Amino acid sequence: MALAANKVDATEALIAAYPAPSGEGKWASDARSRALTTLRENGAPVRRDEYWKFTNPARLLEPAKPAAIIETDEAPMFDEIDKLLVVFVDGVLRADLSDDLEMEGVEIETLASAMSKDIHWASDVYGVLEANGQNPVARPMAALNTAVAVEGLAIRVSGKASKSIALRYVRSGADSDVMVHTVIKLEAGADFTLLENGPAAARFNSSLEVEIADGAAFHHVRAQGRDHERLAATHMFARLGKESRFKSFTLTVNGALTRNEAVIEFTGDDAFATVSGASAGDGAYHHDDTVFVTHDALNCESRQVFKKVLRNGATGVFQGKILVPAHAQKTDGYQIAQGLLLDDDCTFLAKPELEIYADDVICSHGSTCGAVDETALFYLTSRGVPKAQAQDMLVLAFMDESIQEIEDEAMGNIIRERLGGWMERHRD
Amino acid sequence: MLNIKNLKASLEDEDKQILKGIDLNIDEGEVHAIMGPNGSGKSTLSYVLSGKGGYVVDGGTATLDGVDLLDMEPEERAAAGLFLAFQYPVEIPGVGNMTFLRTAVNSQRKARGEEELNAAEFLKLVRAEAKSLKIDADMLKRPVNVGFSGGEKKRNEILQMAMLAPKMCILDETDSGLDVDAMKLVAEGVNAMRDGKRSFLVITHYQRLLDHIKPDVVHIMANGKIIKSGGPELALEVENNGYEALLNEVA
Repeated sequence: MALAANKVDATEALIAAYPAPSGEGKWASDARSRALTTLRENGAPVRRDEYWKFTNPARLLEPAKPAAIIETDEAPMFDEIDKLLVVFVDGVLRADLSDDLEMEGVEIETLASAMSKDIHWASDVYGVLEANGQNPVARPMAALNTAVAVEGLAIRVSGKASKSIALRYVRSGADSDVMVHTVIKLEAGADFTLLENGPAAARFNSSLEVEIADGAAFHHVRAQGRDHERLAATHMFARLGKESRFKSFTLTVNGALTRNEAVIEFTGDDAFATVSGASAGDGAYHHDDTVFVTHDALNCESRQVFKKVLRNGATGVFQGKILVPAHAQKTDGYQIAQGLLLDDDCTFLAKPELEIYADDVICSHGSTCGAVDETALFYLTSRGVPKAQAQDMLVLAFMDESIQEIEDEAMGNIIRERLGGWMERHRD
Repeated sequence: MLNIKNLKASLEDEDKQILKGIDLNIDEGEVHAIMGPNGSGKSTLSYVLSGKGGYVVDGGTATLDGVDLLDMEPEERAAAGLFLAFQYPVEIPGVGNMTFLRTAVNSQRKARGEEELNAAEFLKLVRAEAKSLKIDADMLKRPVNVGFSGGEKKRNEILQMAMLAPKMCILDETDSGLDVDAMKLVAEGVNAMRDGKRSFLVITHYQRLLDHIKPDVVHIMANGKIIKSGGPELALEVENNGYEALLNEVA
């Protein structure tokens, strides 16, 4: 179906806003032109699109440069974790601030370097998982990212990585409009953790493609920086081989608009994936988790666990889908999305979707939305705990189910501490 | 210790007065029991004293050692030395029992200007108290009251009471849902805290509990008022003749 003329114009304007990369290897140019074709076919997102009806994409698309106040009071995260640190300032990798891109058993390259080569392992991943994830739901902002992003990393892991790689996204420009694209390939049996932290940009578009071969395990913990006015559209595409594991957790506090998409596909049997998030917003805050899990194999387990605490008119959105084709017997799919509204004027919008064709599966989903339990609050205060602190305890308890999805307990505690700090700063 | 004068209170959402003029004085070291039929206002009295939301005080006063209770937030009443053991202890998923207890103990100490207990000091205290109430390490680690049996919940209430060491303890139907052995254990926990200074208000339907926690004074409450007060023999009278006879006698 041809796009409406106004959608064509908006799409061309969006493409024109970012310089077209040049001088790259053939595979890279091919991947980029495929992505451009996809973007032109589907068009830039509009509010009328089914998967954008809860989140207006306008601010992600505006041709005018975005502007967001830089708040530098947040201490860098994951400092206490043994890691290889890679720093991006306004979306540009800064070798002078980063560790050397060297680790035993792990190939690490800048995206630009990988794209400039004629043959590269990254060609199996870059834009491939993203293209795969465009169906049945179009992801125009991800196609745009594949077409124009020049910053990011290409990481290949064989065996167990000796430490994590941490991407720190620092902001220095008030109007930075940034794209980052990282591709990761875990060879069979590999074990690797990726950490991400920081506000990144006034407007941030990130894409992460992760290919997980048989028996490999990928861990991902992300904390999106707490600048109030920043905008972000992030995408994560994962493909899981036999008996592989994927665990991704995202903490989002503040941010004017955040859209986190996760597209997960099981291609091998007996694999496990969890995608989870804790989100906390006060005032002008719109946070959207959009997840699509496809069980294209036997006996796989997937979990989606999202918790959002909202104050002063903040909005939380969850769109989560589990697709189980007829052949994917013994699937175990779980999905829970809960909103805790600390004020009457907050909004929590949830759209769980289960599309199941196999007959021997367990799939469950739940979604709730409510206020702090007054009875529990009275119980705590009657024991002498001051009301504000008692409420924080209850909110943290509410969020904890999502944090428990993180395998590493020390990492979970770092997240709990950050969330606790946010709660303390946002009291009545 | 606890002085209640002509206390009247209603439900906030309904135009319905529950307490219709309660007068009660509990002196230092005394144990008073309140008995009464369902709906007489016993639990409401405990909620109004401890500051639960949803009630409006229409008149009267309630003071603890001369301090006005009704003017304070629930946490301030707790720090002032008031404790309510709940009839239905609340389950709080996600909040660890130990974390909760330590936060409560230290919040009260802080409010009173006392030094907070460090982790080691706290652990030592809580282990000793838990042991005498037969509360194992697992119960301490679990989320507050989650997955606890009825008996475990009530023992957990008494553990909190022991740790917080209040001046004035209100026990709201602590015997409900307990078998004989569990009731004995709970009563022993309470009796261990009787030191001649601490006072207790025991709310119960049955005389049974008062065999274990011996009251100095027994009050009968009906229709929002205390209609009769007496010694422990009053509880026996209720047990033998029921409330009906007493109510008729007063009417």
